[in-house]
Amino acid sequence: MNQLWRSTSSLSLRVLLSILILCSLSLSLTSCSRNPDRSRSVQTAQPATQISQAGQIAVPPFANVAEDGQWTMPAKDYASTRYSGLDQINTQNVRNLKVAWTFSTGVNRGQEAAPIVAGDTMYVVSPYPNILYALDLTRPGATKWKYEPQPAAAAQGVACCDVVNRGAVFSNGKIFYNTLDNYTVAVDAATGKELWKTKLGEINRGETMTMAPLVVRDKVLVGNSGGEFGVRGWITAVDAASGKIAWRAYNTGPDRDVLIGANFRPFYAMDRGTDLGVATWPPDAWKIGGGTVWGWISYDPELNLIYHGTGNPGPWNPDQRPGDNKWTSGIFARNPDTGEAYWYYQWSPHDLFDHDGINEQILLDMNVNGQPRKVLVRPERTGYVYVLDRTTGEVLSATPFVHITSTKGVDLQSGRLIPNEEKTPVMGKVIRDICPPAPGGKDWNPSAFSPRTGLIYIPHNNLCMDFEGVEANYIAGTPYVGANVKMYAGPGGHRGEFTAWDAVTARAVWKLKEKFPLWSGAAVTAGDVVFYGTMDGYFKALDARSGELLWQFKVDSGIISQPVTYRAPDGKQYVAVLSGVGGWAGAIVAGDLDPRDQSAALGFVGAMSDLPEHTTKGGTLYVFSLP
Amino acid sequence: MMIAAVCGVVSALCLVAACKREERGLRVDPPSSARVNSKTLSELRPGNVQPISAPNEFEQNAFAMNEGKRLYEWYNCVGCHAHGGGGIGPPLMDAKWIYGGAPEQIFATIVEGRPNGMPSFRGKIPDYQVWQLAAYVRSMSGQVSKDASPSRDDDMNVKKPEQSTEQQEPRGTGGVPKSAERPQ
Repeated sequence: MNQLWRSTSSLSLRVLLSILILCSLSLSLTSCSRNPDRSRSVQTAQPATQISQAGQIAVPPFANVAEDGQWTMPAKDYASTRYSGLDQINTQNVRNLKVAWTFSTGVNRGQEAAPIVAGDTMYVVSPYPNILYALDLTRPGATKWKYEPQPAAAAQGVACCDVVNRGAVFSNGKIFYNTLDNYTVAVDAATGKELWKTKLGEINRGETMTMAPLVVRDKVLVGNSGGEFGVRGWITAVDAASGKIAWRAYNTGPDRDVLIGANFRPFYAMDRGTDLGVATWPPDAWKIGGGTVWGWISYDPELNLIYHGTGNPGPWNPDQRPGDNKWTSGIFARNPDTGEAYWYYQWSPHDLFDHDGINEQILLDMNVNGQPRKVLVRPERTGYVYVLDRTTGEVLSATPFVHITSTKGVDLQSGRLIPNEEKTPVMGKVIRDICPPAPGGKDWNPSAFSPRTGLIYIPHNNLCMDFEGVEANYIAGTPYVGANVKMYAGPGGHRGEFTAWDAVTARAVWKLKEKFPLWSGAAVTAGDVVFYGTMDGYFKALDARSGELLWQFKVDSGIISQPVTYRAPDGKQYVAVLSGVGGWAGAIVAGDLDPRDQSAALGFVGAMSDLPEHTTKGGTLYVFSLP
Repeated sequence: MMIAAVCGVVSALCLVAACKREERGLRVDPPSSARVNSKTLSELRPGNVQPISAPNEFEQNAFAMNEGKRLYEWYNCVGCHAHGGGGIGPPLMDAKWIYGGAPEQIFATIVEGRPNGMPSFRGKIPDYQVWQLAAYVRSMSGQVSKDASPSRDDDMNVKKPEQSTEQQEPRGTGGVPKSAERPQ
């Protein structure tokens, strides 16, 4: 089923320096040999992160800490590596993995959350109605308590892409997460008692909240969803102790709302100027212009900067919003204490294809042209893997990882994405073969980085679309899209790919084809095993070096969530993942959609008409261990 | 001459056959909204009381349904229900009707909203336009006269035209409401 294939000619290869080519050769040579003396069971984990074989790429010192066996935030650490230093489960024994226990979330909608493990407890948050369960790891599967925030049922009507939730976060004895109807809640991790509940948005403006918060010291950082409803995007810091709003930064509008001040120094000229969040829009369009924060936030404690992307501009129909549409489809570096913006880079000025800029940013230290640089790596919706200097926002490289027709590359002088005139939407005209399509080369589902292999593991799509812009009317609380979309498989006919990416040489080391788009995240371990799930319900373990499929297990429903691994109180390593298909890609199953209309689910159903033959709805946590 | 006569008869017959078309009244009154809610959502009727129902005259009227089709885009119905296949909201081209597939039930759903995400458009859309929308919505599952049902799309081809859609008889309140998916 999974045919391994080496990636062939890469355009970027030609422009690489010969030094880098040599490095890549040595890397692939070392990657061919297995470590023969890997210990079967190492209880005391070593400092997780060492420099990779090539010596070119590493996790920053702040994330280079001894493995404690927990998984307290969906991204595992502030650098967002999704790497665990646990190695009991390794390439030699992973084929013996068995189900240890399971748990039903009771909700048959798309499960996108990462289970969170802190101490002897696992915390799982369900899709709407956003029930939080605390599960006792000393008595596998037993429920300690559950917390029901009882969100407004009407919120389901303004959730663009299934009623998902991307997870909770544990910090300092508290669990924080967001509800679909725009509350951030804090719950006592020991008792399940609600500590505070703060309303941050309004469903009658089309807002929802689906993202997983990030906690930096005393601030809980959260953002809104609703880029398909003409909302105005924001990121907000809530005080962890009191639940009071500490600051809010909008991603459209005047500089004072965006928290742009004296310290704002974007690298490129295109992002400099006064009130660009107003000036790059038709009059007042910024008020309903999107730029939501429904994806991932990373944090560099040494620079004291958070990094977060911004969502697509609204409406999708680009003819209704001439201009660069700042500050949508880009990335901000902000001070977490004040929200003040330090730099910004726009992946897609005047986004044409619903290419939100909200994917994960993996913070790494990397040698670039022989110089050590603090970088941020982003496999992006646009189809490029970007390497940015995270101190300045300079783009060091942008290399395609999927088939791209929509754009012609990134101009590293100006920083601008180069549009392809042939694929630029025109209102009332059907433009065909736009690759990648609206969900991008890769959507929200996060990648993982292993310091042992130096590779980034990217679960992603291989899709294209036909797109027709039509006039969108703004009616608050209803969709503001203005596009007819029909998606289908990209070149080769497979709809998903799993790519091991070498950021140093900017090339794919290996790729696996998948029948369906990959909508699950990845996790990688010191046992050199990488885990991910498929929409037809296979949970898979690969050799992190070769990509060889070592083990797979068919679960009850498709997987679109984030696998994690942890060490339980019994000292054993476990791997956990939620099954339950849905999300935008799986809406055809979760929402019982009709495949005769290829435009259903904003065009995704066109590419997914056969999914109901391969999976049904679900909502089950699976936990695996060695016998 | 003979051939011409035969041709004439044949073409006349063709014309007669082609004459089955919508009957368009010069003035069509939309149904009164007074009878909305006159049909229950349950098939259980204690005392065996039959629900009253009256047809939506717009379902025989091509202009009204084409207006319904335009308004379906205009009021952003399409954003949630797509071109009948659904998305945020349920599909409208299939046989499953969570809140009933009768004209007055569709009218009530649009005006009153429904608890799991359907907005209430009361006071936002004039009654006659709601009836036009209700007629168009039923055309999506082939429940209206083929001769009046919209026959083509002016935009991207994503599904068969309403006129060619196989008729899907509404199945009671067939769908499982989202609230039923809530854990107890």
